[in-house]
Amino acid sequence: MANLTINGKTFTLDVEPDTPLLWAIRENAGLTGTKYGCGIAQCGACTVHMDGVAMRSCGVSVSEAEGKKITTIEGLASGDTLHKVQAAWIAKDVPQCGYCQSGMIMAVAALLAEKPKPTDADIDEAITNICRCGTFQQVREAIHTIASA
Amino acid sequence: MNKHVSPKMNRRAFVVGTAAVGAGLAIGLDLPFGGPAMVRAADGSPEVNAWVVVKPDDTVVIRIARSEMGQGSLTGLAQLVAEELECDWSKVTTEYPTPGQSVARKRAWGDFSTGGSRGIRSSQDYVRKGGATARVMLIEAAANEWKVPASECTVAKGVITHKASGKTTTYGKVAEAAAKLTPPAEVKLKDPKDWTIAGKGLLRLDTADKTNGKMIYGIDVKLPGMLNAAIKDCPVFGGKLKSYDEAKITGMKGVKKVVKVGDTAVAVVADTWWHAKTALDALPIVWDEGENAKVSSESIAKWLAEGLNNDQPAYVGNKNGDVKAAIAGAAKKVEAVYNYPYQNHATMEPMNATALYTADKCEVWCGTQNGEAVFAAVLEASGLPAEKCDMYKVMPGGGFGRRGQTDYVRQAVLIAKEMPGTPVKLLWSREEDMAHGRYHPITQCKMTGAFDADNNLVALHYRLSGQSILFSLRPEALQNGMDPAAFQGVAQSGEAAIGYSVPNLLVEHAMRNPHVPPGFWRGVNVNHNAIYMECFMDELAHSVGQDPLEFRRKLMGKNPKHLAVLNAVAEKIGWDKPAPQGIYRGIAQVMGYGSYVAGAAEISVTEGNKIKVLRIVASTDPGYVVNPAQVERQIAGSFVYGLSALFYGGCTVKDGKIEQTNFDTFNSMRINEMPKVESVMVPSGGFWGGVGEPTIGVAAPAVLNAYFAATGKRIRSVPLRDQNITFA
Repeated sequence: MANLTINGKTFTLDVEPDTPLLWAIRENAGLTGTKYGCGIAQCGACTVHMDGVAMRSCGVSVSEAEGKKITTIEGLASGDTLHKVQAAWIAKDVPQCGYCQSGMIMAVAALLAEKPKPTDADIDEAITNICRCGTFQQVREAIHTIASA
Repeated sequence: MNKHVSPKMNRRAFVVGTAAVGAGLAIGLDLPFGGPAMVRAADGSPEVNAWVVVKPDDTVVIRIARSEMGQGSLTGLAQLVAEELECDWSKVTTEYPTPGQSVARKRAWGDFSTGGSRGIRSSQDYVRKGGATARVMLIEAAANEWKVPASECTVAKGVITHKASGKTTTYGKVAEAAAKLTPPAEVKLKDPKDWTIAGKGLLRLDTADKTNGKMIYGIDVKLPGMLNAAIKDCPVFGGKLKSYDEAKITGMKGVKKVVKVGDTAVAVVADTWWHAKTALDALPIVWDEGENAKVSSESIAKWLAEGLNNDQPAYVGNKNGDVKAAIAGAAKKVEAVYNYPYQNHATMEPMNATALYTADKCEVWCGTQNGEAVFAAVLEASGLPAEKCDMYKVMPGGGFGRRGQTDYVRQAVLIAKEMPGTPVKLLWSREEDMAHGRYHPITQCKMTGAFDADNNLVALHYRLSGQSILFSLRPEALQNGMDPAAFQGVAQSGEAAIGYSVPNLLVEHAMRNPHVPPGFWRGVNVNHNAIYMECFMDELAHSVGQDPLEFRRKLMGKNPKHLAVLNAVAEKIGWDKPAPQGIYRGIAQVMGYGSYVAGAAEISVTEGNKIKVLRIVASTDPGYVVNPAQVERQIAGSFVYGLSALFYGGCTVKDGKIEQTNFDTFNSMRINEMPKVESVMVPSGGFWGGVGEPTIGVAAPAVLNAYFAATGKRIRSVPLRDQNITFA
């Protein structure tokens, strides 16, 4: 059993402490917006926020996540108001297949929380998610659009 | 060399391949576009025809048979229908008919296959007719109600007007009556010059749910009582499952069942996938790896190299003049050998499918590029007839050709068959996905160019050796044993024709099929053929001290469309002016999927092996551009996919198995490595070419040619990581 705080709600989940947070979120809490891509913290599809920091949830165990405030893509908006990254992603038509974009959006949201006006170098350093469709051009443009708003 | 060809593997591939290609034929129904006249959508709204449903609130539902996998075809096809329909774009939604519904209606929606960059180009005519036919019927319904001639009525944005009487109505109000009318025998389609919805860079219709976690991919499917399965297939292709020790894992948490899947795989079914995967990893498995376990990258390379010898048999794909005589009598000869490796598709979402099998029904939910192929696989694996099967498409997390195959669907059905009444979601781990791809085929190519005394290219001998995709996946498409697709980009004519005229030309293919199963990988055979031809063209140009662009131009006089895109990138990148200090350029062109494309790159190189790609220009002439914003994204994305393969890709074989296991050993470009791609679209009209794939062909040769310009070193082998060349 583990108690996890996800998107402001407490979940009491029947999981072993060494279960990766990714699978507890997807299969036990039932929030499937966070995606499995590699399981070894390489691709970033599973990125969530833990106490505001972007983390690859496949590489975090449930026991490490207990007591932390976890935010997933489903909890990024404030009620009906989209987070500025989500809004920019829609306005700039960023996603192609979209599978990596939950993680991409969470990574970008964490970057912008830390650096509201990131340079290209800041983006290059902070955004290391894999996108096989190749949306990088639109990702970069959308970040700059948000930063200059 | 028997160990390189696994007869068992090929036989199975033949059965599945045959079923997958002609789903209609396999099911015994191949009559397109028939079916009952009046059908209702699920909510009771009348169908005006198979492509168009109009709801009373004027919402227009456009049916899409081809698969969306990120490439934007769903939006593009809807634009084409809406253009002819003259409806209000802001009220357009889309839905997928199922293959089962289509078969029950005599394939009312035609082909579902979404590969070969065919999504739009191969259905544009009949979906536009679908929209135009519906428009005529809706107007006629209004005219009938008003008792005026239809010819006096006009329509704009779904509002029908009879000017003389001042009457107006909307599509939603007349749809019920329109659905009862007889469709017109013929409709006239708009001239693309008059398009107002198609041809525009409209936003995609499917974006919002990709930004909030609501989009359902195959991996997200949930059904009541569903269990989850993890699977391991014999890591040596063609090998078999010998035994496993089920007792070792039966007590593990959540484990429900261990299932032998066919002759080659074992799956663990559990309450959660994590439990299934954990138990599977703990399951002792013994494989019967067979003869193929002796195969390695080295043995494959040796076998392919033998095929480069002219004394070995080869299929001739393109020929004029007498190459051998011309080379023998030439003043100067240039020769080079290139190779291109296996590549995994590595879609972000690993393969998966959810199946529910009962005694009288089998249903599957999955992402796929070919709903009908999945349907055929469900029939075959379940043993049930067509009327008792169906499949429901969900969003695929990438396709790139991998999801045109149905191996994972067959597995899911076989597992579900062992648990009747319980839905089972089969998900491959990334490791399983890397081990069981349908890989970009492996090839080598020996090219010989010959010049006369005036440095004119008089002969070109292009000899491929290596794997045929069609041999494995569509043997019925071979032509007297020859794989015509092997010559993509260097063919005599057609949708992938060579752009150069050489007085003596011989393009041939020594087919050698190692045991690693090949597949259609974005760009398919264009990838290696464009590298071979375009890098060698560069070599030929430099060998006679000519500018690579000018050298190509001289050979392209008879191919003005090829030349036009090449000139377009040359102009955009500023080829006529020297590159800035420390920056080097490369250029390439090819034709594939009915489109003419060219690319140019500017790079810098530090320490001889660290490449920074600074600028990419890409041009395409696909005939028509349905959505320029999406075409731009496909071009940029194709470069990311193509350059990832060039720098980081490549799958190697050891002991018959693929060595790469995850993104740590099969890396992919990140945002810091990818410059902006500057697209130049020059649609010349009169033909319909594809978009998703063609430009990938010029990505690698443009960069490789720039690397030569920078270093004087010619790279003839992919990937670059094997030569210690990386991104700066």
